[in-house]
Amino acid sequence: MAQMNLLHAINSALDHAMEKDERVMCFGEDVGHFGGVFRATSGLQEKYGKARCFNTPLVEQGILGFANGLAAQGSVPICEIQFADYIFPAFDQIVNETAKFRYRSGNEFNVGSLVIRTPYGGGIAGGLYHSQSPEAYFTGTPGIKVVVPRNPYQAKGLLTACINDKDPVIFFEPKRLYRASVGEVPEESYEIELGKAEVVTEGKDVTLLGWGAQMEIIEQAAQMAGEQGISCEVIDLRTLAPWDVDTVAKSVTKTGRLIISHEAPITGGFAGEISATISDVCFLHLESPIARVCGLDTPYPLMQEKEYVADKLKIFEAIKASVNF
Amino acid sequence: MNRPDSKVVNAIHQASFIRGDALEIPTLQVLDAQGDVIDGAQMPDIDEALAHKIYDTLAFIRVFDERMVASQRQGRISFYMTCKGEEAAITGSAAALSDDDMIMAQYREQAALRFRGFSTPNFMNQLFSNAKDLGKGRQMPIHYGSNELNYMTISSPLATQIPQAAGYAYGQKMAGKDALTICYFGEGAASEGDFHAGLNMAAVLKCPTVFFCRNNGYAISTGTDEQYAGDGIAPRGVGYGIETIRVDGNDLLAVLLATQTARAYALEHNKPVLIEAMSYRLGAHSTSDDPSGYRSKEEEELWAQIDGVLRFKTWMINQGWWDEDKDAALYEKYRTEVLSELKISEKIGAPALEELVTDVYHDVPKHLQDQLTELKSHIAKYPDAYPSAKGESH
Repeated sequence: MAQMNLLHAINSALDHAMEKDERVMCFGEDVGHFGGVFRATSGLQEKYGKARCFNTPLVEQGILGFANGLAAQGSVPICEIQFADYIFPAFDQIVNETAKFRYRSGNEFNVGSLVIRTPYGGGIAGGLYHSQSPEAYFTGTPGIKVVVPRNPYQAKGLLTACINDKDPVIFFEPKRLYRASVGEVPEESYEIELGKAEVVTEGKDVTLLGWGAQMEIIEQAAQMAGEQGISCEVIDLRTLAPWDVDTVAKSVTKTGRLIISHEAPITGGFAGEISATISDVCFLHLESPIARVCGLDTPYPLMQEKEYVADKLKIFEAIKASVNF
Repeated sequence: MNRPDSKVVNAIHQASFIRGDALEIPTLQVLDAQGDVIDGAQMPDIDEALAHKIYDTLAFIRVFDERMVASQRQGRISFYMTCKGEEAAITGSAAALSDDDMIMAQYREQAALRFRGFSTPNFMNQLFSNAKDLGKGRQMPIHYGSNELNYMTISSPLATQIPQAAGYAYGQKMAGKDALTICYFGEGAASEGDFHAGLNMAAVLKCPTVFFCRNNGYAISTGTDEQYAGDGIAPRGVGYGIETIRVDGNDLLAVLLATQTARAYALEHNKPVLIEAMSYRLGAHSTSDDPSGYRSKEEEELWAQIDGVLRFKTWMINQGWWDEDKDAALYEKYRTEVLSELKISEKIGAPALEELVTDVYHDVPKHLQDQLTELKSHIAKYPDAYPSAKGESH
């Protein structure tokens, strides 16, 4: 085991993948010699050459179109979109092409080996164009998997699983934690199974569900609730599409209560989808309405971020309201 | 004020524009309008066997397009698009390729697929979305694709295949293959962002891609004067630093020569090439379109006179390789074949209900299995309401 931050863990996963299989290629804006704006691809060009780790022109729709072609050809492209906020120029290539390649061709062709890495989320004083969490747009599109890690250990294991997966995956990296989150990470390669949620902390009174950087906030709220004698079961969803209904339903069946928290705006956010499904599956076990603690339905602000975000105090209040319903 | 490393050359000292249409690109021709070889013209690499294979494709596609438009009018298929008027551009370019080269088409390039060996039932099964459709009945008619024949399945959104072609070609290069990717698109698609993204990426990343623009005069009803300013699409290739050639798209030998030359160049130098084929869409955009609303019969007739199929046929006859009797027999053979295959294909049932949930992912995930189970039990409750319960096609 080594101490790694989240970026080191990602870099390590990419390094293993490129070493193991020469079909693996990393590319995107500034990812070559510079190593990407956050340095996730540092050292890879030096190690594997300019043909396998390279800069592209500044054109997201081109990066994804190029990646689709590469994946269809049999290469293993891992492309980087510099910020999740800039994924929208590539939206058509992702939702109409990446997601549908296999289905529309009757499996004559597929882009199953494609991974899109992109830093998402707030907390970096980035304002509205460097803080978005656009995961729900993609969970609504059959054919792509959506994965979000919460710490370095998870990041390396999940990213490795994404690269080895036979379906295209969008891997949203919580950029607030890139350097802030440090932990023990095995130096060798390992996988964490996709499509499985993790029960991070067991509890009996209420289930708290989230993913990515929001897990840290949720755990802080759980800690506060614990001090008030409320026992929280904390679950990290990890894969949003397809998501692990069984693990969440099992927990809610036990606790009778569910609070979902994400950074993205509440309306149309993925918490709504989870609420609907869990209401359906766990209706007779629910002791209180399913609560969502999310961002406001505004763009992500620069100056009033503290007020805007779904912080631990808002979650703490939701926990109390749920338990006392 | 120039930096020492400035690229400023040929400095001028009076403000003066380069006109937007200054770059007038010449057009390669081998055959004249009547189908005779122009004196001094360079010939492509072609022998009698290749000429026959090309002409066979041209004749088949003419018959097939005509027959399938009629089928659509009779309500037997829902939609169709012909490649009428552009057969020479498509077949001439496809004939320059190796079977290992990937073809990424827009939607009007069925002649290239036929040249590769796509059978009449293969075409028909896709058009009828039946159980034998390689695409499993998921896309509208004319969205063909074949892994075996290296023909990428058609996607409806325009121009998305252009950056994909760059990526595919890069993959071929990295895998050490002696093959490239040809990418077809219309002059209308060249307005999309994907065109600019794809050409720039291919140029910068040194991809062996042949970009083949079918400049056929119309994007549905929008003529080229409302589609672009300047001298067509070819100067854009030059602007991106791509070797570019413009060719008479109704001159099959010129298209063949241009594409053979482009292929050799792209593979030798690991670089993209842009070909702009100047042609004319003789047919409607699709069976949902009526060109009489936006262009004159006289205009269409003018172009029909320099039709690429006729010009190539004349050249074949001049070579002593073809005659009118053989021609009539070939067309008759295909009329009979298409009609009998059509009757077989339209009777084949719809794909199995299970195909609704396969191929979304590599494995069918649990939630889709659950949804299928639920759907099946619902259908069992109302068998009269759902064709699949009765094994009928839709």
